[in-house]
Amino acid sequence: MATGHEHTVKAFDQDIGQLRGLIAQMGGLAEQAIHDAMKALQRGDTTLAKEVRRKDKAIDAIEAEIEKLVVRLIALRAPMADDLREVIAALKIAAVIERIGDYAKNIAKRVPLIHSDGEDRIEAISMLPAMAQLASDMVHDALDAFSARDASGAAAVCERDNALDDFYDSIFRALVTFMVENPRTISQVAHLLFVAKNLERIGDHATNVAEMVYFAATGRYLADAEPGDAVES
Amino acid sequence: MNDATPTQHKMSARDVSVFYGDKQAVKNVSIDIDMDKVTAFIGPSGCGKSTFLRTLNRMNDTIASARVEGQITLDGEDIYSASMDVVQLRARVGMVFQKPNPFPKSIYENVAYGPRIHGLAASKTELDWIVERSLKRAGLWEEVKDRLGDSGTALSGGQQQRLCIARAIAVDPEVILMDEPASALDPIATAKIEELIHELRGRYAIVIVTHNMQQAARVSQRTAFFHLGNLVEYGETDNIFTAPREERTKDYITGRYG
Repeated sequence: MATGHEHTVKAFDQDIGQLRGLIAQMGGLAEQAIHDAMKALQRGDTTLAKEVRRKDKAIDAIEAEIEKLVVRLIALRAPMADDLREVIAALKIAAVIERIGDYAKNIAKRVPLIHSDGEDRIEAISMLPAMAQLASDMVHDALDAFSARDASGAAAVCERDNALDDFYDSIFRALVTFMVENPRTISQVAHLLFVAKNLERIGDHATNVAEMVYFAATGRYLADAEPGDAVES
Repeated sequence: MNDATPTQHKMSARDVSVFYGDKQAVKNVSIDIDMDKVTAFIGPSGCGKSTFLRTLNRMNDTIASARVEGQITLDGEDIYSASMDVVQLRARVGMVFQKPNPFPKSIYENVAYGPRIHGLAASKTELDWIVERSLKRAGLWEEVKDRLGDSGTALSGGQQQRLCIARAIAVDPEVILMDEPASALDPIATAKIEELIHELRGRYAIVIVTHNMQQAARVSQRTAFFHLGNLVEYGETDNIFTAPREERTKDYITGRYG
């Protein structure tokens, strides 16, 4: 829906540009948090895990900044139509990215608990990075779709959520089997179940973001779109 | 739920074009105006929205070079037919202008004038009652009831505009056309006019031309966007301002017109 036309009032374009910049920055930090939390988990790196928890404050700060900017933009510019949809989407997306950051932080929090002792859990951990990559890619692509106002890109993200859910189901079964076979690892591997659940939730949130992007771009709800509907960009 | 007869629109325009000499100001506009709706016309200056509004009660008749083509009906009756009484038409389709234009007479006379010339009141008592009712509907009664003999031109701008609305209401119209009724008023007086439009809805079909997009969004249920003489998009106000179908509409309402 990008028309390429600029607003007669240039400051309006600057505000919108700043808003997109903040969302991109916030999304980048959230992706980094997922990535670092998983790296910390794999390596048992408690310092890096601590770093993830510390950096979450930066994500929260950007959310507050986006909220302020959106309130100011609505008050001063009275956005309409696609502008209005984008501004409202930005406000909601910021809240969702903040939640995604919290899930990453929660994964980081579990790192010292999982690595307190024992070696057996290494095998269990090895299942998770591929799932984390898929979840993180969904977040990345949903936010790319936002900055490009790309409805078809957003729809594609939603379609990947099923794959992530399947991933979660198979990891769940694998981890339960692992616990049955190695009962003394139960308390640690149970934490891995939560990690998998967190990744699954991140995928759900990425899907929410993608749905908001679709609405912002088209003015229609993705749920209302017929499968195979041509998506105008 | 309803019976089989199709709903009759209060006014319908079909393929209406307006020319000023050689210049075509309105191009093949077709639109329906309904009784229980406020319809807003928006668009940049010179887009033809005011010209089109004026065709709805034949105000363009007074402009020698203006020529109207196409058909406009009021309750199914062609308002440009030879049998149409224009004075009667303008009583049925009233008009309020951008600049309040009360007569240089008393507040009472401003409102009583129309009913008197149209013979709507049989007695002084009845005329008094029409004046009071009209001023009440226009939300002005409480402010002027103790000084009905004062000149209408001595009122504030916002009060003058409500007096003009009372004057339009006094002849019991069916449609009220408003051409930027609040653009010369401060925000408080504007809010009063908007509140008034809200209260008048249902009793009259209301068509309002406005440059203030927020105002159009606030007061109307349907919005028509005009551009270069064309009716570009006409639909539910909610849709026009949140998800317009046409690129030109979107550019205009989001401030990208240029």
